[in-house]
Amino acid sequence: MTLKKTRLNSSHKKLGAKMIEFSGWEMPVEYSGVIDEHLAVRKKAGLFDVSHMGEIVISGRQALDFVQYLTPNDAACLTPEKAQYSCLTTPQGTFVDDLLVYCLDQEKYLLCVNCSNSDKDYEWILSHKEGFDVEVENKSDDYTQIALQGPRALEILKPLIDVNIEEMNLFGSSWGEIEGEEVLVSRTGYTGEDGFEVYTLSSRPEKIWDVILERGKNFGVNPIGLGARDTLRLESRLMLYGNDIDETTTVLEAGLGWLVKYKKGEFLGRDALLKQKEEGIKRRLVGFEVIERGIARPHYPVFIEGDKVSEVNSGTFSPYLKKSIGLTYFPVEYKEIGTEFEIGIRDRKVKARVVPTPFYKRGEKN
Amino acid sequence: MYSDDFYYTKNHEWIQEKSGKATVGITDFAQKQLGDVVYVELPKVGKKLEFHQSMGVIESVKAVSDVYSPVSGEVMEVNKGLDDSPELVNQDPHGKGWFIRLKIKDETELEKLMTASEYEEFIEGIEE
Repeated sequence: MTLKKTRLNSSHKKLGAKMIEFSGWEMPVEYSGVIDEHLAVRKKAGLFDVSHMGEIVISGRQALDFVQYLTPNDAACLTPEKAQYSCLTTPQGTFVDDLLVYCLDQEKYLLCVNCSNSDKDYEWILSHKEGFDVEVENKSDDYTQIALQGPRALEILKPLIDVNIEEMNLFGSSWGEIEGEEVLVSRTGYTGEDGFEVYTLSSRPEKIWDVILERGKNFGVNPIGLGARDTLRLESRLMLYGNDIDETTTVLEAGLGWLVKYKKGEFLGRDALLKQKEEGIKRRLVGFEVIERGIARPHYPVFIEGDKVSEVNSGTFSPYLKKSIGLTYFPVEYKEIGTEFEIGIRDRKVKARVVPTPFYKRGEKN
Repeated sequence: MYSDDFYYTKNHEWIQEKSGKATVGITDFAQKQLGDVVYVELPKVGKKLEFHQSMGVIESVKAVSDVYSPVSGEVMEVNKGLDDSPELVNQDPHGKGWFIRLKIKDETELEKLMTASEYEEFIEGIEE
């Protein structure tokens, strides 16, 4: 199978990126090294090509009603100036995917979904469309998506775009232009830093990539690969579909109850989530750090008082905190901060403890 | 890059032998594949290693992998510097980033390993 390439593929190769296969795409995993790139985003700025992400557009007279039915967050409060984090839920209240919802106009919504799920999501959405006067298009291969993240992101992007991004709130969005190319920009990201995500249908998105890198030079901008993208998002406790959430975990167990708006009316998964809310969850996703030496990685067994209770979901070395961190679904009776337990790392059992999340919070110096 | 007085393995370790004693580490190719090394687990001094026995573990941000002893022998010394500075493996894999020193049991085992030019050919094959 030939790998799909983003429109910025040759830019990455020119920058000396190490390329890997990721979910059918050839993507940069690192340029200067994961730790170096990670710290550049925390301290200065980083530029990401995330064009592998999927975009599904729902349009028509009942577009809003349909989005409301598919997702638990309240899309009625969206405007072309305001996006939101949400998910596609099953009738059981588990995740088909997590996503961002953009209101392009009153009758047109764009869902930014995970790369590995875009085909599944598209089929899922089509399979629920009966009775709604809407059109659904999978535009995943048409959009280029670029993210600029880090404390210097605002200064770098501000003079390049004809939108007052300084006044933009978190999750704010707007149409604009960079280098004469039309873009949708939002104050969103997957790193825990201030920053922006830029979507464009331009046939020459490298103009945008290049101008940001060029202007960003003086601010210490680095191109960032998927390796650091993963460590950055985990330090900030942002979910990775397939690791932390999937069709077996509910929105409440994942700790995302805040995005479920029961009062907005009927939606897929509402009854199940309401029932689980009333009865109480039995397990919850918690953050941990490894106390002894060793790095916890996905699927390593988790033991409480000698009994295997779960597996590590996400787990990695945190470049900012310089320790091994991760997430796991824990029985709720043990979820208190400070609880000590063990993780099986190869042939040893290594001590770990439950810690508050996010592991890293912007503005807090560790 | 790949010095002529080292031998190399298919698992990307190198070994440099001097009068029955040898230093062992991982190659530049290996450290590039692993990315940032954050933790190295080494054997105890005195441990007797068999040919191609696992002698330690190397953790990078991205992955974990075993390191194998290129030949049989007894561990004489381990690089304690890697405890605090595992990044030496990335910065100087064929020098300060060495893993262990070994008293070789059977020098003829070295002949089973690759020379520098054989190793270079071997990794070219992988990179393609």
